[in-house]
Amino acid sequence: MNTAVRTSAFPVAGVAPRGRFSRRVREASRQGSLVVQPRMGFGDLVTMREGLLGVRAADAAAVGTITLDSYTRVNDHDSARQALRTGAELNGFPLVAHGPAATRRLLGEVSGDGFPVQVRHGSALPYPLFEAMVAAGVDATEGGPVSYCLPYSRAPISEAVKAWARCCELIAAQPEPMHLESFGGCMLGQLCPPSLLVALSVLEALFFREHGLSDISLSYAQQTHPGQDLEAIAALRRLAGERLAGADWHVVLYTFMGVFPRTLVGSFRILEESVRLAVRSGSERLIVKTPAEAHRIPTIAENVDALEFADAIARDEAARAALPSTPPVEPGNRTESGAQVRATDSGVYEEARMLVDSTLELAPTVGEALIRAFSRGHLDVPYCLHQDNANRSRAYVDPGGMLRWAEAGRMPLRVDRGGTGRRPVSAKGLLGMLGFNERRFDREQLTHGHFTSRPSISARSAS
Amino acid sequence: MSQVMLPAKRFVVSSVSSDAHMWNLVFLQLLLEEQGAEVTNLGACVPDELIVEECRRTRPDVLVISTVNGHGHLDGLRLIRRIRSEPDLADLRVVIGGKLGVRGAENIVYAEELALSGFDAVFEADGGIDGFQEFLATLENADRPALASGAAA
Repeated sequence: MNTAVRTSAFPVAGVAPRGRFSRRVREASRQGSLVVQPRMGFGDLVTMREGLLGVRAADAAAVGTITLDSYTRVNDHDSARQALRTGAELNGFPLVAHGPAATRRLLGEVSGDGFPVQVRHGSALPYPLFEAMVAAGVDATEGGPVSYCLPYSRAPISEAVKAWARCCELIAAQPEPMHLESFGGCMLGQLCPPSLLVALSVLEALFFREHGLSDISLSYAQQTHPGQDLEAIAALRRLAGERLAGADWHVVLYTFMGVFPRTLVGSFRILEESVRLAVRSGSERLIVKTPAEAHRIPTIAENVDALEFADAIARDEAARAALPSTPPVEPGNRTESGAQVRATDSGVYEEARMLVDSTLELAPTVGEALIRAFSRGHLDVPYCLHQDNANRSRAYVDPGGMLRWAEAGRMPLRVDRGGTGRRPVSAKGLLGMLGFNERRFDREQLTHGHFTSRPSISARSAS
Repeated sequence: MSQVMLPAKRFVVSSVSSDAHMWNLVFLQLLLEEQGAEVTNLGACVPDELIVEECRRTRPDVLVISTVNGHGHLDGLRLIRRIRSEPDLADLRVVIGGKLGVRGAENIVYAEELALSGFDAVFEADGGIDGFQEFLATLENADRPALASGAAA
């Protein structure tokens, strides 16, 4: 059922990938490999270089990542510079504070055709950053006017749309344009139903197209139910195939971004599930997480371990997919690792397509349509506190682990109330839903006696 | 177990300027509202100036700063110094909690400096939510108690 996807990874024949990031992804895809990528950013140049070299040397089909720090994300470059002067610890690489020349030297030392590097940031108004990235010769970056605005900033969406339009046009004008990935499939990391994630990813990709880019990717983040995720990624690929003619696109999956399992076994299991999901769904690239994730920012070695583990699972899953006779299990049934999971049939494609189409009808341009859609609650990200988000929609995890709508707000959705209205979520209920995957994956180690005497990750890291 | 605060206490809940995390703020708002509080939730990436203005405008019983991106020890320090430098906010009850640095369990090293710089209480994430709940209980019949007991983590 899913063995053919590898060969049709790039659906538009004859569209040559423009940049070396996409060339690397396409090459891996041809060889049946899943590209794996860390989240990694360090404040100083020496450690950042070490980190990138560590990833490059990993026994995995890896590409590099430079994650920027939170000051750079909000254009507070003075605070970043001050931290560099005083040696205060930053949570990422301050690209603008280091400057394009230093960054270009760093990239020159570590990157290449076989190892392109993506800069990951989270900035809603990133024009100064894009200028620095272009000057530094960065291969790829990510974001979007909605996905980097609503969750990460106080900027009005209208400002973010303007800024991202300029950024797209800046990189489109370069001889080898940077690859740009939409972060739309990752809104708030968890508790956003798949149809909205798919719709936002496609809408942002359309926005990139509108502003001259054709070397793009669409994202989706692992949620709470492998069968539903499989359905969602199939919906994303189908919609992208229908709407992004003429573009060179691929899909990037994110290992679960919400409250992470705290046990070593649980954190590897959730990573494993995301790798198998990536391979089965035909996703070309995966952003991995490490077992340190629940506790602190991971070390270089922990990142490399996670990438090599992901690569091994990906090869295993690809080999399994080539076998004809693995019987699929019912959606939602978590069995021992590697059992086939069947996609659910919950209408993700239809709902996402309807959200995309009805949004595009609101205005002549994608950017203006996004602004109007959020201002009238036609698009509404559950629980998102940004002032331009209606914050009337609500989602919940049902007893089978499926992520569903509890309240549509003013979104044009049918919400199945199952006969009785659901009570508003309590603080405890919210924690329960946020911790759904943590419990699902930690159970294994916590219920096996011989594991429990081992020191926890946080205890080891503190020693 | 349920605590009822009478009359309703007013809270301002906020992140710090560089922190984009949101679920911690959504949770705190629900938790406080369930206990009868009125909550103004300023959301993520809030500039110091906006926090100061909002506290002037609403005169909350407590300003609750929640941050998990690891910059809490930097941004929190700058923020509390700013707040304490405003004469009309010198008495404002201000607490901070979350993941205050990037060192996991070692983040506790930052608690003392934050408390000494003017936070009425500091809650490191490893300490769980109980410390904050106990702090809320002390508000029951307090106008402005001296809560210099500090690092509750």
